[in-house]
Order: sequence, then C-alpha cells, then structure tokens
Amino acid sequence: MHFTSADYWIMVLLLTLVIASLSMLFIKDLLHAVIVFGVYSLIMALIWLLMNTPDLAITEAAAGICTTVLMMAVIFRTSRKEE
Amino acid sequence: MRIRKLLIIIVALLAAYGILVAVAELPPYGMADNPVHNHVSERYINKALDETGVTNMVTAIVLDYRAYDTMFETIVLFTAALAVVITLKVSKRKEKG
Amino acid sequence: MRDFILKRVAVIILPLMSIYGFYVILHGHVSPGGSFAGGIIVGLSFITYSTVYGLERGKVKLPERILTLVESYGTLWYGIMGIVGILKGAPFLSNKLAGFNLGEPGSLTSGGLISLLGIGVGIRVASTIITLFYAMGEEES
Repeated sequence: MHFTSADYWIMVLLLTLVIASLSMLFIKDLLHAVIVFGVYSLIMALIWLLMNTPDLAITEAAAGICTTVLMMAVIFRTSRKEE
Repeated sequence: MRIRKLLIIIVALLAAYGILVAVAELPPYGMADNPVHNHVSERYINKALDETGVTNMVTAIVLDYRAYDTMFETIVLFTAALAVVITLKVSKRKEKG
Repeated sequence: MRDFILKRVAVIILPLMSIYGFYVILHGHVSPGGSFAGGIIVGLSFITYSTVYGLERGKVKLPERILTLVESYGTLWYGIMGIVGILKGAPFLSNKLAGFNLGEPGSLTSGGLISLLGIGVGIRVASTIITLFYAMGEEES
C-alpha cells in the first residue's frame, strides 16, 4: 500500500481527533469541554481539506464554531460545573 | 456492581472489534473502481454543467437536482428555531407574570 | 464584557467577517462554500457584535421583529421560487425547464434559479442562528 504525505497528515490529525473526543468525556469543567469541542471541529475541517473537499471544510468550520458559541451561551446561562 | 462494569467493558470491546472489522472491509479511499462511482455520479459529472450552468457541482446537486431535499431541510431548521423560541420565551413570560 | 482590546479587535474583524459571509453566499455556485456556510458566517458576525458590545446593543442593531420577518419570509421565498416553475408549465422547483437564463458558466449571474435559492437559504440560516443566540443568551433578570 502506497501512502502520500497527505495520508500521514490525516493519520496524525485523526489521532488528535480521538484524543480530543476522549478528553471531552473526562473534563469536569463544561466550559473547557466546549472549547475542546471547538478544537475537534477545527481538526475535522482540516481533515476535510486534506481529503480535497473544501465545501465540507468551510461548512464544518463555520458550523462547529457556531455550535460552540451556542453551547457557551447555554453554559453562561446555567451552571458551569458538572454535577 | 463490579460484574456489571466488566460486562459493559466486554460489550464495548466487542462492539469496537465489530466496527473495526467493518471498517477494514471498506474499499480504499479515492480509488476509481470503488462501488460509489456508478452511473449516478457519472451522469452528474458529465451533465451538471450543461443542465444547470453552475461550476460548483455540490451546489448544483444540493440546490437543483435535490432541491426538494434542501427545501424540507430549511423547513426543519425553521421548525427547530421555532420550538426553541417558543419554549424559552413562554417560560420567561411565566416567571414575570 | 467591557474589554477595550476586545472592542478594538471587533472593530477591525467584524466588517471582514460580514463581507466574507456575503461573498460565500453570493459565490456559492462558482466557488467552494455554499449558502449554508455563508449564512452561518453572517450570523456569527452578528453574534460576535452582540457578545462584545452586549446583547442590548445587538438587539438595537437587529431587532427581533425584523429577525422574525426575515426568518419566515426566507422560508416562504423557497416556495415562491418553486411556484414560478409551475406558472411557466414546468415541474415544481425546475430550473432549466422553467426557462431561467443559465448564463455563462463561472460568472456571478449564472445558474438561474440556483443563485436566487442560495440567497434565500443563506439569509434564513443566518437569521436562525441569531434567533437561537438571542433566545439562549438572554441573561436572567
């Protein structure tokens, strides 16, 4: 099997993706978890860009940041710590 | 309680194994002879520019070939926003009055 | 938030965000992007404004009444554009069959119905995002 350099970048980014999504489970502070969620969507946008789908990359970046902002608004309205 | 946790871990590992086996069976990414590349995508690639006059093929599919889909998608978004506004506003008004 | 640096940075970055959002909406059929992403970017620029300068000033800039009108008529716009096809004796939401001028491929006015539908979808996605933020971001008095 032949790998190009973009494939190795995708592998590294996918590993970071797994780490980010696992750390979201164990972070107790909800604000920090939401920030890690923003990181997750940005890494996902980079992966789409490396897979030659700029359409999805733009949509993923915009929608990920949008959901992050909305979740932050909800957190500031309710409680920040996980019970 | 400990047996239950053990059972949960076993089930999770089994599910992960099943998903990994299924992913390993997928065709390689971006190959020309994958089963996704059938007559449907061929038709879009060959005729989208003539039939819609749009150079971005994704937009041609989303807003022309699958225009019904996008219409009901916007209606779903509208309904979701409507539900959020109704829920939050009514509860706030009750607190005041 | 009454931070000086935040306000100065917002002054620089907000026009660029709005212009880029409208660019992505209007050029959705000739370049990567599309009306959905562009609408979200336009909505995010308004959200940034009302986060930095306070929700009250944001609501002065874009009142909820206008927002409701834009959202409802943006949804109706799609149906109206579809009915144009029926009036011309073609199926619902048809583009080339209904006689829309497709134009020269690659130019801003190409695509006929597609660019019109894209503008409607983009505007109503932006208004949906702002409505959700207004509904969720209200501080309890």
